[in-house]
Amino acid sequence: MATPGSSASRSASSRSSAAGSSRRRERNTSGASSIEQLSAAKEILISVGSGGVGKTTTAAAIAAQAAVELGGKVLVLTVDPAKRLANALGLERFGNTETRVGVETFQEMGITPRGELWAAMLDTKQSWDDLIVRHAPDPGTRDAILANPLYQNLTGKFVQSHDYVAMERLYEIHSSGRYDLIVVDTPPTRNAVDFLDAPERMAEFFSSRLLRWLIAPYRSKVVNMASKPFYAVADRILGSQFLADIAEFFILFQTMQEGFVARSQSVAKLLEGPATSFVVVSTLEAAPSHEAAYFMELLNDRKMSVGALVLNKVLPGYLVDRDGARAAKVFETAAAELAAAVTGRPGLSAAHSVELTRMLAELGENFENYSVVAKREAEQRAELSRLADVVATVPYFDHDIADMVGLLRLGEQIWR
Amino acid sequence: MPDPASRPGLLDRRLLFVSGKGGVGKTSIASALGMLATQLGKRTLVCETDSKGNLADFYSSPPLRYEPTEVQAGLFAMTMETESSLKEYLALQLHLPLLSRIGPIAKTFDFVATAAPGVKEILTVGKFAWEVRERHYDLVVVDASATGHVVGQLAAPVALGELVRVGLVRQQTQWMHDLMRDPATTGLVVVATPEEMPVTETIELLDRVEHETDIDVACVIANRVLPELFSRPEEELFGKLKAPGARAALRAAVDAAGGAGGAGGAGGGTVLGEGTDLVLDAAELAVSLRRNRAEHLDRLRAALPPGLPLLNVPYLFTRSHGVRTTRQVAEYLGQELF
Repeated sequence: MATPGSSASRSASSRSSAAGSSRRRERNTSGASSIEQLSAAKEILISVGSGGVGKTTTAAAIAAQAAVELGGKVLVLTVDPAKRLANALGLERFGNTETRVGVETFQEMGITPRGELWAAMLDTKQSWDDLIVRHAPDPGTRDAILANPLYQNLTGKFVQSHDYVAMERLYEIHSSGRYDLIVVDTPPTRNAVDFLDAPERMAEFFSSRLLRWLIAPYRSKVVNMASKPFYAVADRILGSQFLADIAEFFILFQTMQEGFVARSQSVAKLLEGPATSFVVVSTLEAAPSHEAAYFMELLNDRKMSVGALVLNKVLPGYLVDRDGARAAKVFETAAAELAAAVTGRPGLSAAHSVELTRMLAELGENFENYSVVAKREAEQRAELSRLADVVATVPYFDHDIADMVGLLRLGEQIWR
Repeated sequence: MPDPASRPGLLDRRLLFVSGKGGVGKTSIASALGMLATQLGKRTLVCETDSKGNLADFYSSPPLRYEPTEVQAGLFAMTMETESSLKEYLALQLHLPLLSRIGPIAKTFDFVATAAPGVKEILTVGKFAWEVRERHYDLVVVDASATGHVVGQLAAPVALGELVRVGLVRQQTQWMHDLMRDPATTGLVVVATPEEMPVTETIELLDRVEHETDIDVACVIANRVLPELFSRPEEELFGKLKAPGARAALRAAVDAAGGAGGAGGAGGGTVLGEGTDLVLDAAELAVSLRRNRAEHLDRLRAALPPGLPLLNVPYLFTRSHGVRTTRQVAEYLGQELF
């Protein structure tokens, strides 16, 4: 349920001056003026932003709305959805497997979607295993890698490994041609940029001279003169068994180097290409806004497309109303007078006057409290809106979105 | 789990890790805990583990470095850099002073540290454990990783100890582990906001910490808790106030009082009447926001193990930021603790 007085807006879509359009070119934006157009024009939308801003929900809402309105096959690929959202998408049971959201889910709401909505969750471990199976040169190497304790640690615990495998999986699904639109939710990293660099970092890692240097002595008995001091020290610190474990792991991994490097480059190309656009999600709190601004600037620098900015949990605009503020002041300064004026109305007797006076003063204070936050938000919003052509604003919802009804209500809100 | 009576006081411990879902105000709480400890006369170090973090903002201080900055008397702040930590580690703990001067080798080692699981974590955790062991500070507060990764950080000494069977690192992990599993010394603080995902992740984290680490949870902090606007009788009165007759009388009275008070002068007719409606709308908004959050707070409370303290820090309706806000949060934490 939306709070009163709020609505979606596209602050910058009306900006059609010459200055506006030249800025648009320079920014490599999509040229779309709504999320609807963006969803129709792109094959991949990537939802990014800091943790807790509604990234996953926004991605799911856009996908659901696109399936209903635009038709075709739409997939939402999510990373770590809240339980109830996962339930709404039927992900509880299927997880990593792409699964169609039953048409009855929509029919119950009296909606006949034009297309199909599919959903999948990213299971990092499973996706890594799939990747190894695909790239390993032979069954022996494959099994040795899957059983290696370092491999299990690496895939299970490394933040970067989540980032990489998310992008890898996206590439895989996109190149299968099974979907018209893929909406991706990104891993909750402190720094939203990390996943962008993940493919490149993985490629660097595999082609690195350091890596070759490191494993050289385990390939031949002859320790290269340059690396000798390093091994002497490393041996003393880590113990040679551990070093041997590491080396074995890297030697195994190197057999897949070509596959990984080629794939990483393709993934990077896909992210930069015209098929992909980014939807930056934020709230108007200081830290997420800061992160969103940084991310949009970075995307612009890299000539990647900032498709839209979605601002969640925004307080209603009436909180900055001047007359509201003046009335609130009166509530605080003349609470007793106001209490006297309403005394005698049904249920409000003189016996309540003390309570009533206190409550009226609190009402005034409450408005002023929220007004302070709303003003701060308005400033943030003005600043962020400069960085994106499409800005959609979503009010605070009374309840967390936990079903298709909620997703489509949100989708509707940001769509046009 | 220690029984409540014997649970060491939060600020009596010497090493506190602060975690929570991203965006819940982890850094705000960590910086405020440090400030509160300093006010109690403790020499305190606050460290962020993320080099891209913004701890400096919370003390309105210049950018932080690996070398601690004294942001207030007795309050030090630093930012973790694995490479600096590595050099210090090699020099101070492994007595390899030469190595810190051999740039390329340190670099290579850093590369191995990045690739080999647990090494990077141990360099982070090890630095704090070392500061505690050497008694350089009375308290070290760590703005640790978010819920998803903090277990890896906390379990690093054990995990690395399992991987590395011999060598100096093996010996090093042992004392760290001993220090970290002592509840009188080390504690974990989990921060949550009363929202769905932060509460869910907090509950999951508590479970994982219990099963996968030896770290004692010191307390859970509910951050940004919205105040209860009305008591139950007040809520009833509010209902009556919104009824058409009372509302009309209220609008007229606000208008009259506002005009008489000379508030702006332009407000004739029903201008402040409409303003009055907005004030009432804002109250309804506050009530509904509070109600939604209260459900999550109840869920959190119900899931906590018996005896685990839950501290509340209210939502701050304020224009202020930086160290001023940190001071306010520290004050609220102080009220909850003492």
